[in-house]
Amino acid sequence: MIWETVRLAIQAIYRNALRSILTVLGVVIGVGAVIAMVTVGQGSSDQVTADVAKLGTNVLMVMPGAGQMGPGNNSVSAALDAKDVEALIDQLSSVRTAAPYNATSLNAVFGTEDTRTSVAGTDTRYLDVVDWPIVLGRGFLPTEESSGKAVCIIGETVRQELFGNTNPIGEKIRLKNVSCEIIGLFEAKGASSFGSDQDDIVLMPIKAFQRRVTGSTDITMIYVAAASNVSTDRTLVDIEALMRERRRISDGEEDDFNVRDMKQMASMLTGITDVLTGLLSAVAAVSLLVGGIGIMNIMLVSVTERTREIGIRLAIGATANQVLLQFLVEAIVLSMIGGIVGILLGLGLAAVASNVMAIPFSPDLAIVAIAFLFSAAVGVIFGYFPARRAARLDPIEALRHQ
Amino acid sequence: MADSKDANVPVIDLHNISKIYGHGEAEVRAMDGVSLSIAKGEFVAIMGPSGSGKSTAMNMIGCLDRPTNGDYLFNGVHVGNLTKDQRAILRRNYLGFVFQGFNLLPRTSALDNVELPLIYKGVPAAERRAQALDALAKVGLKGREHHDPSELSGGQQQRAAIARALVGSPQVILADEPTGNLDTKLSLEIMELLKLLNERDHITIVMVTHEEDMATYAQRVIWMVDGRVERDGPPAEVFDHERHSA
Repeated sequence: MIWETVRLAIQAIYRNALRSILTVLGVVIGVGAVIAMVTVGQGSSDQVTADVAKLGTNVLMVMPGAGQMGPGNNSVSAALDAKDVEALIDQLSSVRTAAPYNATSLNAVFGTEDTRTSVAGTDTRYLDVVDWPIVLGRGFLPTEESSGKAVCIIGETVRQELFGNTNPIGEKIRLKNVSCEIIGLFEAKGASSFGSDQDDIVLMPIKAFQRRVTGSTDITMIYVAAASNVSTDRTLVDIEALMRERRRISDGEEDDFNVRDMKQMASMLTGITDVLTGLLSAVAAVSLLVGGIGIMNIMLVSVTERTREIGIRLAIGATANQVLLQFLVEAIVLSMIGGIVGILLGLGLAAVASNVMAIPFSPDLAIVAIAFLFSAAVGVIFGYFPARRAARLDPIEALRHQ
Repeated sequence: MADSKDANVPVIDLHNISKIYGHGEAEVRAMDGVSLSIAKGEFVAIMGPSGSGKSTAMNMIGCLDRPTNGDYLFNGVHVGNLTKDQRAILRRNYLGFVFQGFNLLPRTSALDNVELPLIYKGVPAAERRAQALDALAKVGLKGREHHDPSELSGGQQQRAAIARALVGSPQVILADEPTGNLDTKLSLEIMELLKLLNERDHITIVMVTHEEDMATYAQRVIWMVDGRVERDGPPAEVFDHERHSA
């Protein structure tokens, strides 16, 4: 009986092909939009994860200050210093190397050109931690690092802004009131998944930075590379223990520093993507609701239009439930067709968008299944009322209907 | 459900049936104390002027309607006590309907139309198909099974409708102005077909018509006026009386 009903429903839908297409358009668009949003969202999440992996999953950062990173963290706590860096390297076997890293934002001036850029003080170990090759010139010499000489390595963006395509090596740029000789150019990296331009940077030896830019010996961040044979989790625990000891934090007291690894950064970023995806999907789901109302509308029209047909069916012995089931199944089949077409459309759109945005195409089977079931549910919910109306018709009245 | 072992029990038995629409001033008595019984194998024509209640009587006999007062026994079962669905089940098992406007489902082949009552009965597909083909052959539509109603002539459509009424092996076929939309030649063909079904297959036929020519095919004419049965007898007798009184 149920297969018979499904067959009848498909027949009825086919009989009104154009109207059926227009009816399911709402569901097609709704499901398509949700699928496209979620798939693209998943793709960009995957992209972030891949970016972070490229950056080095074995990289950790140590920062002063308790609690979560981000805005609203105003707690004041003791800064780090050079001894912390040496201690991490010397005392922990799980640390391969570490580098101090202080950064600020400054105008870099060359001749009549100037550009706002990120200026950081660090040492040659940083280049090892983040594995960043120099394509032109050289890195810091030990003498430059120990003497705090004003030399710098610049990123590709800074070079473009100040020098165009010419060779910047040997030129002097002015940062605040420091005249700084360019000794190297980094390989271009492009935008990070954080959204910032990683090539918009000027690096100088930490001593020069401390002395000439900030005027303090504080270190605001330490980059740590975990040893290759240990997990970053293990390294993280080691660093935390050592730092607690060095900062004399007694048991039970909160850390006044925090250690993050790239995995955490990744999860934070994918968290943001997930929220955005969720919001957009919610908007798309509203259009699915509108699609459902469209189905109800057409089913109601259909019931009115087919009153005579319902009368015939009732006269020749259909029970109220059989008529109800017929119209309900019709609505469900209609919305499931819409769901299937919508899924294909959504995946197609997502594939194109992923290609354009250069992110991986990551279809999620679970979401596809949910979208399909949801479209069926739309059929049940919005098909029930019209179907019940059909089932309650009086056969005599219905037969008289023109 | 409604099978009676006793051959003498009339298949249709109306006792003092009234059907009243509206209240007070607007009250309309579409049937006003109708009593009649129709035995198995009869061919009965219900006639009368418009508004005489013959269509209401037809709906009542067809178990589509319930009486306001009085008792209707179909094969000895009180139809007035049945629910809407029970009446639907009774219709699908014992009754076949033929309408003036054919009432075939549009854009649906003759075969699918004829199979419809069997679907509701829950007959398996293969058996259903065989029965429907058989019914279509009986009404002379062999070779037209896969045509849509729009591809059939009026006479063929009415034959398909008769096949649909016939397919569930009903005890009674109810025909409401079955020739109303057909020309004389086709009308006579349809009447011959009904007569054949009545004589060969012993199907009880109750037909509403306003054409005397068609009513003469029946063995018995029930003449209704103002919701009451005025005459009841063989066609010649009833028509003779009406002509004299007119």
